[in-house]
Amino acid sequence: MSLTREVRFWVAQRATAVILAVCVVVHLATIIYAVRGGLGAAEILARTRGSIAWGTFYTVFVLAAAVHGSIGLRTIAAEWLGWRGDTAELATTVVGVVLTLLGLRAVAAVVGAP
Amino acid sequence: MRPVRGHTGYWAFLVHRVSGVALALFLPAHFWFLGSALQGEAALDGHLAWTRQPLVIAGEWLLVVFLAAHLAGGLRVLVLELMPWRNWQKTLATLGAAFALVAGLMFALAR
Amino acid sequence: MDVKVWRGGAEGRFETFDVPRQPSQTVLDVVTHIQRHLDPTLSYRFACRVGMCGSCAMTVNGTPRWTCRTHVDRVAADGRLEIGPLANMPVVKDLVADMSEFFDKWGRAKGQFKPSATRADDFAKIDPASPARREAEAGIECIGCGVCYAACDVVSWNRSYLGPAALNRAWTLVNDARDSGQGERLLAVAGDAGCHSCHTQMSCTEHCPKRLSPTRAIAGLKRATWRLALAEGEE
Repeated sequence: MSLTREVRFWVAQRATAVILAVCVVVHLATIIYAVRGGLGAAEILARTRGSIAWGTFYTVFVLAAAVHGSIGLRTIAAEWLGWRGDTAELATTVVGVVLTLLGLRAVAAVVGAP
Repeated sequence: MRPVRGHTGYWAFLVHRVSGVALALFLPAHFWFLGSALQGEAALDGHLAWTRQPLVIAGEWLLVVFLAAHLAGGLRVLVLELMPWRNWQKTLATLGAAFALVAGLMFALAR
Repeated sequence: MDVKVWRGGAEGRFETFDVPRQPSQTVLDVVTHIQRHLDPTLSYRFACRVGMCGSCAMTVNGTPRWTCRTHVDRVAADGRLEIGPLANMPVVKDLVADMSEFFDKWGRAKGQFKPSATRADDFAKIDPASPARREAEAGIECIGCGVCYAACDVVSWNRSYLGPAALNRAWTLVNDARDSGQGERLLAVAGDAGCHSCHTQMSCTEHCPKRLSPTRAIAGLKRATWRLALAEGEE
């Protein structure tokens, strides 16, 4: 594992953390607002369907979360499971890709036309 | 002096790590769930009905608290790493815990 | 008072001794009593016995401490005392830990001063009130006792992690205007083995008997080394 790559992971973790901090505050506020009076699909979708703003917001959220989560899991796997090396790096990438794909699918589901 | 594992910074770290793992494991399910909207509103509503079970409601509350706690822990790390050092920064962990509980309370009350 | 003491090396067991309780007794007093009156084969380290050298550092009821500065009343309120060698280091025998790797890491972190001037040059003029010098002063009192290293979870999870003491020393030198080894030092303290593995648990700062803050130093190193992410290619 090269030094440059390790420092890049650290920087990426902090940079996505800042982005996520903003996204999470918005998300928490949205959750608390939306959950009043029960959660219904109609209400959720009415807010997100066809909305470029929400679409952009959630896309950024998904990408940042995929990067941040995969790097975080990588560290935990190394420290608590002793999993390091090429297979661990591959697993990190796979986790990031899966989160991205599932996340973007979810964004398309709630923003796109039915 | 407190035991090696018992001080504030240690709890801040542990909560941050455990909440992170919980959120990382939750995310794929969350995305998959929302993706059901691809089949239309009724499909999403069907899934939402499932979430009205008491255990799921409790789980959701825990996830909201975890999200707030992970945010608070992350902000603590960012402050400790990026800003010039001040000794009061050690109390950031306590502030973070308070924030997470407030968020949890608001969520619980909003329902 | 029943005192459990680690005997053996990596493999071993806790042996129990009955030690008379005295007023104003330190854990080092307890260990000394055992070795002098109960079992002369007990091995342990000490030197100054007055909290200046750090040699007597051991694990007391799970916490790394200087035994000469630890009063029995403070840690064994319920009459139970368990003493072992410092954690995160191989055990030589009984209460003696092998500190070689601890000091090797000090070297790997480039924790040695590299002069830039010669005796023919004039004195370096360093303003003691300058931010860099004050940052260095905050960490230079370290005497290499190993308590922070023993307290650090990352050291136990990551064998190559240089540890709080080595990184703290490196930071004091990063802030030393007279030092000429900055380039290689920043490379030495970055990455998985270096500052970027610290999770700010702050066990080091919590337990340092000299009240230093390696967490603070490591945070400084993180800020000093982030640009390595922009380097071309792989190092």
